[in-house]
Amino acid sequence: MKILVCMKQVPQKDAPLKLNESGTWIREDVSYEVNEPDAFALEESLRQKEKHGGEVVVITSGPARAQQVLREALAKGADRAIHLEDNAFVGLDAFNTARAFAAAIKDEQFDLIFTGLQSDDYGYAQTGVVLAELLGWPHATIIMHIEKNDAGIRVKRELEAGYFQYVDMPLPAVLTIQSGINKLRYATLIGIKQAKNKPLRKVTLAEVQSAIGANLQKIERLYVPQKTKNTEFLEGPPAEVAKKLVDKLRNEVRVL
Amino acid sequence: MAIKFKGVDFIEFDTLLTDDERLVRDTARKFIEDNLIPIIEECNRAGRFPRELVKPMGDLGFFGASLKGYGCAGMSNVEYGLVTQELERGDSGVRSFVSVQSALVMYPIYAFGSDEQKQTWLPALQKGEKLGCFGLTEPDFGSNPGGMRTRARKVGNEYVLNGEKMWITSGTIADVAIIWAKVENEDNKIRGFLVETNRPGFKAEDIHGKWSLRASVTSGLSLQDVRVPESNLLPGSGGLKSPLMCLNQARYGIAWGAIGAAMACYDCALQYSLLRKQFRDQPIASHQLVQEKLSWMITEITKAQLLVLQVGRLKDQGKAEHYHISMAKRNNVWMALECARLSRDILGANGVADDYPIMRHMMNLESVKTYEGTQDIHTLIIGARVTGIDAF
Repeated sequence: MKILVCMKQVPQKDAPLKLNESGTWIREDVSYEVNEPDAFALEESLRQKEKHGGEVVVITSGPARAQQVLREALAKGADRAIHLEDNAFVGLDAFNTARAFAAAIKDEQFDLIFTGLQSDDYGYAQTGVVLAELLGWPHATIIMHIEKNDAGIRVKRELEAGYFQYVDMPLPAVLTIQSGINKLRYATLIGIKQAKNKPLRKVTLAEVQSAIGANLQKIERLYVPQKTKNTEFLEGPPAEVAKKLVDKLRNEVRVL
Repeated sequence: MAIKFKGVDFIEFDTLLTDDERLVRDTARKFIEDNLIPIIEECNRAGRFPRELVKPMGDLGFFGASLKGYGCAGMSNVEYGLVTQELERGDSGVRSFVSVQSALVMYPIYAFGSDEQKQTWLPALQKGEKLGCFGLTEPDFGSNPGGMRTRARKVGNEYVLNGEKMWITSGTIADVAIIWAKVENEDNKIRGFLVETNRPGFKAEDIHGKWSLRASVTSGLSLQDVRVPESNLLPGSGGLKSPLMCLNQARYGIAWGAIGAAMACYDCALQYSLLRKQFRDQPIASHQLVQEKLSWMITEITKAQLLVLQVGRLKDQGKAEHYHISMAKRNNVWMALECARLSRDILGANGVADDYPIMRHMMNLESVKTYEGTQDIHTLIIGARVTGIDAF
């Protein structure tokens, strides 16, 4: 199976974040890491390749620093990488990101495309689904398990409240992978060395420019939540106070 | 572990590293965080070497990481150093084990061994299927290894070895020992031998009652008429220079490793000082005397990083001299031990308990300060370099 894994570089989970000057995003001088759900998507692709053979290709979009996630994926066992390299990809909406990816892989033929369930920074959970629509492929989200069969694949989806759904799908298809479905491997030191010799194709913004349009989403203002503290004393006989309290908890705080 | 390590980087040190170097460091860091940190305090208490980590570390390529071929990763010296830093952020004993396997066992086979010796031993040592130890130090000869009493005598096509070795990391778990001995029929020239530890006359016993490096094995070796075929002689070895070349490799790794231990202590103390409140319900991090300690530590850690990075870059260019490595080892281990002591101060009574890693690092570092050339010996090596006068 030939599998494409879409990966994103996101700010490190416990990194202290500072707002940029315009207050629209965080400052660039932060540590980055692989978006965690994407790491599970990569791991799943490597396991599928180990079982069924084929090729694992990883793709990302972002400035030069984003190449690190591709290097890490190559070190872990991906065969080659595609980097849509430009600052303009930072903060691009899910629709246009998917359009850029679709344009970048138009000459390739994949059996499966994996993305992480969502990104740890924006959390859209849309890029994979939109990409499937653009390609005209079926998709399934929140995947817990993938089994290849003669007709295609059978996948296990996570629903709410402990329910699961099993879906039979033809190939090619797009799957968005849930975190925690497998145990992540470490890159070996020799893998890190070998990654240097694996092909990495760079795609410029100009090459995909005609496929994408204006950013459909804009962050107007990003700010640290204001801390507010307000103490209110409820007065009266206990029964009345209890009634008022329940009313407040139900209708104002909405915890009941 | 109550406090999770957050990493230490004051002057964007990471920007001095390549992407690959950072990836190597991050991989080692994650492995240690996932696999060693959860068990290390228990290992230290029980005096147990976490043998279960040998295979996974071999799989990741931690043994002989800077050697080329034989399944080794061919890392640069800086990358290798970053691995030892992360190992020692976990524990000096575990780092010692890896240093011995890599720099003191695999390196001499790689540098002085025959093709056959390399083929036999290096792939198995790289995978961790075979373990090794390094027998140079003796009960009466530590800083002055040239005085060693261990002797080898050539009899027919065999060598017969006799002697005692002491403070040998991994002695009782090793499959092969690199034994340094004076060859009687060769004007008492020091040469290295591969001695399989199951040969008759070879005995290894653990040293008990250590207050330091409790998660690694330390042994005494005894060789009584141990016969090895002449093919077990490391053909390229000759003179005291050979074991000292091995020590140079190991000392270089220690110079990085010590930074790891210092980072562990500093980061723990920093986080603790922000949580711990005394006087007017203020975190102790707001106290000037605590800030002085934290400032001292982060400054010294940063200087140590720059020092060892430069030595590593020199080493990658083939330009690192033994006195460069001495400076890095001497400074960085001293710095780390001071950081451990200051961090213990900041944690007060809590610093004494093994809920926190500090006292373990402090006790480990007492050994690290002594082995592979004591603080004083490295002082004399630097002194000899700058004055041109040997003061040993």
